[in-house]
Amino acid sequence: MGVGIEVINLNAWYATNHTLQDINLNIPANHATALIGPSGCGKSTFVRCLNRMHETNPIARVTGTVRIGDLDIYQDAKPVQIRRRVGMVFQRPNPFPTMSIYDNVASGLKLNGYSNRRVLDEIVERSLKNSALWDEVKDDLRKKSGASLSGGQQQRLCIARALAVDPEVLLMDEPASALDPVSTAKIEDLIFELKSQYTIVIVTHNMQQAARVAEKTGFFLNGRMVEFDSTHKIFTNPSDKRTEDYITGRFG
Amino acid sequence: MKVGENTFRSRMRGVTDGAVTGLAMLATALVVLPLVLIFVYVVYKGASSLNLAFFTMVPKPPGELGGGMANAILGSAILLGLGSLIGVPVGIAGGIYLAEFGRGTKLANAIRFTADVLNGIPSIVMGIAIYSLIVIPQHHFSAFAGGVALGIMMIPTITRTTEEMLLMVPHAVREAALGLGVPNWRSVLSITLKTASPGIITGCMLAFSRVAGETAPLLFTALGNQFWSTSLNEPIAALPLQIYVYALSPYDDWHRMAWAGSLVLIALIVLAVSLVRYVTSRGVLKGAS
Repeated sequence: MGVGIEVINLNAWYATNHTLQDINLNIPANHATALIGPSGCGKSTFVRCLNRMHETNPIARVTGTVRIGDLDIYQDAKPVQIRRRVGMVFQRPNPFPTMSIYDNVASGLKLNGYSNRRVLDEIVERSLKNSALWDEVKDDLRKKSGASLSGGQQQRLCIARALAVDPEVLLMDEPASALDPVSTAKIEDLIFELKSQYTIVIVTHNMQQAARVAEKTGFFLNGRMVEFDSTHKIFTNPSDKRTEDYITGRFG
Repeated sequence: MKVGENTFRSRMRGVTDGAVTGLAMLATALVVLPLVLIFVYVVYKGASSLNLAFFTMVPKPPGELGGGMANAILGSAILLGLGSLIGVPVGIAGGIYLAEFGRGTKLANAIRFTADVLNGIPSIVMGIAIYSLIVIPQHHFSAFAGGVALGIMMIPTITRTTEEMLLMVPHAVREAALGLGVPNWRSVLSITLKTASPGIITGCMLAFSRVAGETAPLLFTALGNQFWSTSLNEPIAALPLQIYVYALSPYDDWHRMAWAGSLVLIALIVLAVSLVRYVTSRGVLKGAS
């Protein structure tokens, strides 16, 4: 089951570049929340702060509080523990090229020391079914490399890999931006399915996509969150002039 | 003017294309030619002296016909095995440090510089260094000293190729592992290293082939041996050493043996490299790059 995310006064830097400034918001559990905004506005940095991936860059720095469920992720836990609870899907599909489809899905569990074959088989099948890839790959699970799949299939494989560790939150950083329209539609359907079980945060450049999949939408601009409201309100009657300018295509 | 029209310019493009392709082929031929010539010459000179005895018997004293290089073949295998045992793990570990943990640190820069210098040191100097560090304190030549000399010579090549290959692994692959909550050390060993392994194996094979033909570092360490020996504590024979001694001798018979030894050395290197390539490529999955 998903949990809510509470962000209080989050600030982030790359070296001296203040990429996120005083972000405050509440992301509801078991819903999809979209983050939109022009390139370089800080939305990717923001999701990377939610699973402490931001700090893997040596020049990066974060201050503020992020609570996932009742866990204060910068106070109460180590990065690796948080990343097991907060899955991430990246912009470009990044399956492990030397691993089979099966091993890709099982990798999060195997690399963290689980080895019960029967349980792994079950989890791999369930994750691939949840990511709508099972029927396409079930005959070559161990024979084919994850890298041999098409781009859209690779991205669904990466989603299966993230789901296999049974996270509570799923972060998606422009998951469909490198995919064709058919694959994009499949990923969107999938987000629709998954949000009943997971809290989903999706960064997207595609405003129609935000409108299709998300209940809540946040608009980021120059490192600040300008507006956060129901998706319907953001796209039909935004409170802020800058949001309106952006969604009507006046800039960005 | 339409695209594809048969103008002077489009004909010139065809001529330029043909000329450049021709030059590239010529350059390839120039690279391959010496290799082929050497190989053909070694086969021509050496093949006639090859027989079963060459692989099963130890050398006979001068004047007696026959004999073989079985002890040298085994000696080379032992020396290279010991060398690889030292050079491969140390080299790979060094490469991992340079690429993954020490990036940008002063220590890493110092190690990288040292490796590059070590790579350029003449092999005879390595022989003398090991002679004074191991042979003199022990008061005798030994297979162990020879293996150490070869192992140390392998390290810089393996370290630098490992580093280069690890750095070629896309950042996205590392992020994928970290994003799953895999600790950094585990991600390096199980993901990055594995993804880079074909290149690293090539580096190891390169280092292996290079030291397999080395004579100089063995002259003051393994010394050579006319008799059968498998002890790491005794002087041991090696193919390059045996070839060196036989080629310098005044006897025609020994000259022929030296050629046969050269042929066997080349063949064994090719065999070893092919074997490693075959074994390591069997696990590769369909579609993996």
